[in-house]
Amino acid sequence: MMKSMKRFLLIALFLLLAIPAMLITKEFIHTPGHDAVGVPITGSAVQVAQGKYLALAGNCMGCHTVRGGTPYAGGRPISTPFGTIYSPNLTQDKTSGLGNWSADEFWQALHNGKSRDGSFLYPAFPYTNYTRMTRPDSDAMYAYFKTLAPVAQGNRPNTLRFPYDQRALLSVWRVLYFTPGTQPVDAGKSPEWNRGAYLVEGLGHCSACHSSRTTLGGSSGGLDGGLIPVLDWYAPSLTSSSEAGLGDWQPAHIVDLLQTGISQRGAVFGPMTEVVGASLQHLTTPDVQAMAGYLKSLPQTAEPALPPVVLDERTRLLGSKVYEKHCVNCHTADGSGIPPNYPPLAGNRAITMASAINPIRIVLNGGFPPSTGGNPRPYGMPPFAAVLSDDEVAAVVSYTRASWGNARPAVTAFEVARNRAIPGD
Amino acid sequence: MTFTDLSRVLFPLLLASGTAFAAPVLEDSIARRAAACIACHNIDGKRGADGYYPRIAGKPAGYLANQLINFREGRRAYPQMIYMVDNLSDAYLHELAGYFSALEVPYPPPQALAVSASVAARGQLLVQHGDAAKNIPACIACHGSALTGVSPAIPGLLGLPRDYLAAQFGAWRNGTRHAAAPDCMHKIATQLSTDDIGAVAAWLSAQPVPAGAKPATALPAAMPLTCGSVPQ
Repeated sequence: MMKSMKRFLLIALFLLLAIPAMLITKEFIHTPGHDAVGVPITGSAVQVAQGKYLALAGNCMGCHTVRGGTPYAGGRPISTPFGTIYSPNLTQDKTSGLGNWSADEFWQALHNGKSRDGSFLYPAFPYTNYTRMTRPDSDAMYAYFKTLAPVAQGNRPNTLRFPYDQRALLSVWRVLYFTPGTQPVDAGKSPEWNRGAYLVEGLGHCSACHSSRTTLGGSSGGLDGGLIPVLDWYAPSLTSSSEAGLGDWQPAHIVDLLQTGISQRGAVFGPMTEVVGASLQHLTTPDVQAMAGYLKSLPQTAEPALPPVVLDERTRLLGSKVYEKHCVNCHTADGSGIPPNYPPLAGNRAITMASAINPIRIVLNGGFPPSTGGNPRPYGMPPFAAVLSDDEVAAVVSYTRASWGNARPAVTAFEVARNRAIPGD
Repeated sequence: MTFTDLSRVLFPLLLASGTAFAAPVLEDSIARRAAACIACHNIDGKRGADGYYPRIAGKPAGYLANQLINFREGRRAYPQMIYMVDNLSDAYLHELAGYFSALEVPYPPPQALAVSASVAARGQLLVQHGDAAKNIPACIACHGSALTGVSPAIPGLLGLPRDYLAAQFGAWRNGTRHAAAPDCMHKIATQLSTDDIGAVAAWLSAQPVPAGAKPATALPAAMPLTCGSVPQ
């Protein structure tokens, strides 16, 4: 009896060690998608234009360009909870850029998150999304990058803390959080829906921000919303009708928001401003419509209806006083705003979602929606960080969150104080 | 149907129904758009809780546009300004710059001179004659003999508080403020001692701005340095 027990424990221990070891080993040697059939890199105008368009849809330039630098030459710091990653050079420079990369190697980076030498790429590069791209699209992007004049700008070493600076450990991360594989086609849905899914889940890498993450930085993979690490803006859930779920939005309003940055229901702010300004505004209307249709079709969760909130008298008086003085001219006394240029606050989920961090930041930082083809001269909001005290910001945010049918409890001056810094690079 | 069209239709209906409040109509103007800037800069510049917001009214349009683009492109480092202009186009930033440049707003009286007469004299000397031994040109050589700037790209130096002026020299010296290369103000700032910076800032901030002051339309002579931000 004892003997068989002992043997059982030994076998269990062996499996406990051997199975993860096998899975991790597989990460080093496995090259999923190696048999994907590429298309010839002709460098034709059509192929290059397609690649350029796809690079815009993925906003490659956004991360791979340092502020004020040459487009795609890299160097932008990406702050993470594990340290700072500096985006590499994507121009045709042979030392630091893609000059020596083959189309197969480029595909392995997008599809499998591995560099030219086979080492693991950090998932700040969202290959967890890009893996869903097709091989012909990867080849078109490769053909486009082939046309970028070489810029001899060396890549800045990452400054990640130990043990996160050990790339080999990404093997473990990959076992936990990365599944290579192209976007499945749902034959029961329209081609437009499938195109939207491809853009949202793949190239657009919406889930890079709009998902919750584990302490090791693994994405939930869904679009369930989460606080963006370090930036500390809350990327709302796209699958909750209490946050940014689009189930009850008119498709035209979704398209307006994604394409122009403003809409009858609300405007973009925070990091989404760059997404629209640098990427989405350049997409064709059919592609934005496809994304809108897919987002609108996502199953939605909903919070139960909230009971009205009665603010304490001091907060209500201070909040309404600040609102009258600084907000009413654009957002109007009844909170209906002057949409699309000054968004409504009544029923605007950017204000009413459970997390108050975005409304606090909006009041402190102000901001403009992006200049876009559809809205080249956006109206903006002044920053109030230097004008209002923590107490006043807390009161006016509380007032907007508890008025006109909005029903969230008050925020505190402490919450305002800890969000005064402006995240940036 | 635009919003304005809609309100034209809805407004009489609201009046007729007796529930009237004036449907807000948005003024489609650059002034209304610039309201987001005025909250901090006021129209004549003012002090804020976290620093100083310089006057922008009446400054040369090219100078203002250069600064807005410099923030966006990382050549200036104030996070709040970067956040404001981060996703705005060159065309729109030029339009905003032109709007503020055309404003004619009286200047407040200058600050009281807060340094000794000898320090002020040193400041005045540097402003008007420079210091050839230290390879420092006179301020007036580029900023105009009246120190009210030169269109389109060189700002005036009057009507600015001492703290702001000194802070800009500091920013040029330590590299948090840049202009397009060659960055002549970086060169000058690194050649000035901190005492000289203090003297120049104190003297400049104590000078009254002449009534109706405007940037000069042309330089009196060739500039002593080549500046990337100034079209030659």
